[in-house]
Amino acid sequence: MEIEELQDRIVKEFNLFEDWTEKYKHIIKLGSKLEPLPEEDHIEENLVKGCQSQVWLVASLNGDKVTFKADSDAAITKGLVSLMVRFYSGQTPDTIINTNPEFISKIGMAQHLSPTRANGLASMVKQMKIYAMAFRSKLTT
Amino acid sequence: MNHTKTDIPSTINWNEIRSQFPVLNQEVNGKRLVYLDNGASSQMPQIVVDRINAYHSHEHANVHRGIHSLSQHATDAFESTREKVQKLINARYLEEVIYTTGTTDSINLVASSYGRTYFKEGDEILVTEMEHHANIVPWQIIGEQTGAKLKVIPMDENGELIMEKFYELLSAKTKFVSVIHVSNALGTINPVKEIIDAAHDRNIPVLVDGAQAVPHSTVDVQELDADFYAFSAHKMCGPTGFGILYGKKELLDAMPPYRGGGDMIDKVTFEKTTWNDLPHKFEAGTPPIAAGVGLGTAIDYLNSIGMDNIAGREAELITYATGKLSKIDGLRIVGTAHKKASVISFLLDGVHPTDAGTILDKEGIAVRTGHHCAQPVMDHFNIPGTLRASISFYNNEDDIDRLVEGIEYTKEFFE
Repeated sequence: MEIEELQDRIVKEFNLFEDWTEKYKHIIKLGSKLEPLPEEDHIEENLVKGCQSQVWLVASLNGDKVTFKADSDAAITKGLVSLMVRFYSGQTPDTIINTNPEFISKIGMAQHLSPTRANGLASMVKQMKIYAMAFRSKLTT
Repeated sequence: MNHTKTDIPSTINWNEIRSQFPVLNQEVNGKRLVYLDNGASSQMPQIVVDRINAYHSHEHANVHRGIHSLSQHATDAFESTREKVQKLINARYLEEVIYTTGTTDSINLVASSYGRTYFKEGDEILVTEMEHHANIVPWQIIGEQTGAKLKVIPMDENGELIMEKFYELLSAKTKFVSVIHVSNALGTINPVKEIIDAAHDRNIPVLVDGAQAVPHSTVDVQELDADFYAFSAHKMCGPTGFGILYGKKELLDAMPPYRGGGDMIDKVTFEKTTWNDLPHKFEAGTPPIAAGVGLGTAIDYLNSIGMDNIAGREAELITYATGKLSKIDGLRIVGTAHKKASVISFLLDGVHPTDAGTILDKEGIAVRTGHHCAQPVMDHFNIPGTLRASISFYNNEDDIDRLVEGIEYTKEFFE
């Protein structure tokens, strides 16, 4: 799916919910359904810096597409992490580098993306883009 | 300091006092704000806000410089705070009160100036396991430069210092002791008087991080016999960006300046500069004047209520909150020291502190989540962080009830 189409789809999905309670419950549910990150990937070097809750992130290149896997020890963070994984996984490095997760503010979660917020979803997006940049240089050499 | 219940005069109207803090009278996420993050920063009463505004509107000029009237007026206002601080903490001499930008700056001043002058390879600096990072990192930095090493007084499962270990750690190598008075992460009131007396038996100076003590109790630096005592304005109803370092005159006199610049000099030539006298030797550059003036008003305000009354009221609220929180299934209080002040740290079974903090925020309740700048404390209890409710005298029983309701709701949310 084109990434912009995916943004719209996520926004529509969240438009179904009327208040923050339902939205957060949905986010927590998404987190619980996230593909488990293997135990051996829960290591210090996969931790995203700047998160009050712990977030682990790994990435791999399959053909010209990037696959992300992630986990968090906090339920709401894990839900947001799962949205990010769904959003960026299966995209090319160029698309990842050039696309910002605008859906986050459209679904009313902008506060979680603030670079100054201690739960640091912004740090995760930054780390995903860094992976994409590394893969892009690998593809072009 | 003693936080057993004291008799609070019935003439004090705590509701009226609360109304003097307009910031509390607002809604967050559609709910009346419950502000329980006073340990991070307290709120300012209107009288302090007004004083700062009046300074900016009518009185501003640089201090200690001009011959003109406005500058002299600003200097008088700014310097009157020094006298108020001296009285508040009972310092022997006015020049023992040094203006800084906060507790962190105060500790850095001592670590940098005293440490660089007197520490050498093999020396040891004693701190406690419950220090705020501000009382760990400056000593590590100076340790790397001088070869001095940190030694840590451990705590037990209640969050109380193991004093036998402290006595074991005190040795001929110990050159400095730096301890937190009231733990910002656990609320423990440490036996700083005992620590100071034992250190002084060996002629070792002691710094006390009083950031969480001065706002909540009467602190007497002469009675404690502390060599250095550090605290911040913004945790005691004053503004941010301003703090105090108390130091004994003979020690401060024997220490070189921390930063160079204007105001701290006696005479400057390109060959040699001689330093100004205390306290200005340590106050280079233009200070945050309005904030200093604001702290003076904050001290007047606290005195108008009375520090003992404040301590008594906060003890009431802590007792009330501890009782209520203890009854919640699946809630564990972290830090159960016999003597505690102002802070209750806790965990909810199966709910990450940041998740709980997010839901409480949606309910209009402001608490702190995370490691509270005291990661070694979290490592000790093997937890990622806690939720922390920190109470001030302007909170009330209704705030605590709202917190309890919020916690119950949070538990349901994650079931």
